[in-house]
Amino acid sequence: MTDLRTSALPQDADADEAAEATKAAEATRAAEAADSGARRGRVAADLRAVRVLWQREVIRFARNRLRIAMSVIMPMMFLLVFGTGLNAAVPAEQAAFRDFRAFFFPGVLLMAVQAPAMAAGASIVWDRQAGFLRQLLVAPVSRPPLLTGICLGGATAGLGYAVPVLCLGGLVGVPYRPELLLVLLELALIAFAFTSLGVLVAVCAGRPETFQIVMGLCMMPLLFLSGAVFPASGLPGWLGTVVRVNPLTYAVDALRRTLPGQGVSGLGGRAAGPEWWGWTPPVVAEIGCVAVLAVAALSVATYRFSRGE
Amino acid sequence: MSTATGVRESGPRAPGSGERLAVLTEGLTKSYGDRQAVTRLDLAVPAGRTFGFLGPNGAGKSTTIGMLCTLLRPTGGRALVAGYDVRREPHEVRRRIGLVFQESTLDGDLTAMETLRFHADLFGIPRRRALDAIMDMLELVELVERRHTPVRTFSGGMRRRLEIARGLLHTPRVLFLDEPTTGLDPQTRAAIWAYLGRLREERDVTVFLTTHQLEEAEHCDRIAIMDEGALVVDGTPAALKAVVGSDVVTLRTADDTAAVRAVAEHLGLEATTGEDGIRVRVADGAAWVPRLCAALPVTVHSVTVTPPTLDDVFLHYTGRTIREADSEATVFPGRPIPRR
Ligand SMILES: Nc1ncnc2c1ncn2[C@@H]1O[C@H](COP(=O)(O)OP(=O)(O)OP(=O)(O)O)[C@@H](O)[C@H]1O
Ligand SMILES: [Mg+2]
Repeated sequence: MTDLRTSALPQDADADEAAEATKAAEATRAAEAADSGARRGRVAADLRAVRVLWQREVIRFARNRLRIAMSVIMPMMFLLVFGTGLNAAVPAEQAAFRDFRAFFFPGVLLMAVQAPAMAAGASIVWDRQAGFLRQLLVAPVSRPPLLTGICLGGATAGLGYAVPVLCLGGLVGVPYRPELLLVLLELALIAFAFTSLGVLVAVCAGRPETFQIVMGLCMMPLLFLSGAVFPASGLPGWLGTVVRVNPLTYAVDALRRTLPGQGVSGLGGRAAGPEWWGWTPPVVAEIGCVAVLAVAALSVATYRFSRGE
Repeated sequence: MSTATGVRESGPRAPGSGERLAVLTEGLTKSYGDRQAVTRLDLAVPAGRTFGFLGPNGAGKSTTIGMLCTLLRPTGGRALVAGYDVRREPHEVRRRIGLVFQESTLDGDLTAMETLRFHADLFGIPRRRALDAIMDMLELVELVERRHTPVRTFSGGMRRRLEIARGLLHTPRVLFLDEPTTGLDPQTRAAIWAYLGRLREERDVTVFLTTHQLEEAEHCDRIAIMDEGALVVDGTPAALKAVVGSDVVTLRTADDTAAVRAVAEHLGLEATTGEDGIRVRVADGAAWVPRLCAALPVTVHSVTVTPPTLDDVFLHYTGRTIREADSEATVFPGRPIPRR
């Protein structure tokens, strides 16, 4: 710090150099006194940055009417068309499959939160190219709050998309009971995890095309091998392993076990959740897995992001 | 903190003159793989001035701005901006600079108002003061009526104006503008230049801008010319033009070939022929006019004296020959051709 200042000073400065030196010493003392204040200021600045990015994601979510409409229609189509179709196709005597729609409901919730959360990740890649993020990088805020704000925004948007779907629960026999609030909390966490993963891929991908390809390759198999669409507990060999390490498995199972009503956990016991060496982890542990994943993804993303070019 | 800042900001001085410096670079270098985008750049930009950075495409202007704004990590050398080292104290640098990128960095989903409010929030400007500043800025760039419409619906020029407003909102010490006036109509361009001039006078802001437009560089207090990553020359526009020195005297005559021969024989000057007559390069061209006319055996229809333009300087220093400069730059005398 000091060598900077002196080296930048002219070699021939004489009389006022001494004066500057005393002034500099005073300044150092003043700076030390102000240091704790500055640290508090730094935290406030970080919180402001989180808020700005969160607000921006929420504004984008709220302003995009087409996307809102799509996000409500898509899960409904899944639930009503796909679910009803399968229900009708399965012979009546196989009673277990009668409530396929109810079984499918947690998966539909998952899809609802997934879309906007992924969009937040995609917005990072575009922003990096098109600039909004570059502009943020010149602002006097540290890097971590920027990504945290985006993830919180994505989580909020995801939650916003999930609420209308949750309201449809009555159609598949989910009673409107206070447990639904717990489901909302879980969905918020899951949306946060999705956004963190999207952000991580976005930060590593660099180019929008790469992001799209990676996301496309990952999301479908993960969703299908999570027990969201069909019971995944009985899958053989390596597929079973994939199911067990798939974070979505735990997200779906936690939702399924928290949702009130009999039908959801049904399919005659075939929809059993994951087991760890014969032990069934409680919902709290499953949620814990999702939370750990979210935090880990966000941390790695922040690390990569802060390193810069 | 303010005391500390005061001392720090008076930190770097230009050797000799003792002028405060807003930007100081020493051997600043950036390479991408083996390609050097910026090579050992030494710049000293006095505080409170308008500094123009000129160069053809790919000269390294944007890369330099990126390093000065802490977005790109230099691979060599160092840079001080507003008294702080860009590598060691990027946070302090960012607090004191405004930046308008070459490409638009607006979010189309946000309104102009939201864009500026978010920016004020990021810089920690208190709400009440932020609102006043935002309205001032919107008035300046004439976007008050459009403040609640999404930026997506703005024209290119309106976006540019909004970005300039954003760059100025937090009253930076140094404002970096990467080709600020590309895509603007002449009125807006003039308005922005007028504002930049006022800004420099009233608030002592240093403006660091890049441009391809040589007319624009004439507005600057100092300019630097860059080519292929290296600094070619810097100084005031007048000083640079003085280096090139010579005026161009253009004479329309009845017989150009005879005129060229006569100028060479009687005055010992080399003349070239062009579409608009013969051209002679001499220092103090006006004083030469009577002698030229007297020496010519043919009828002279008209005489024009053109002082050197920055375009001449540019061509002179970027390694192109004066002959080339003659044929390219004086086809439209006095109107420099922007090189893209
Ligand atoms: N990310 C990058 N990777 C590799 N090379 C790069 C990168 N960015 C810039 N360059 C190279 O660095 C050189 C300088 O580029 P820069 O963008 O600074 O030019 P410029 O002077 O701003 O040009 P223009 O007037 O076209 O904006 C160019 O040769 C360019 O190809
Ligand atoms: Mg450029």
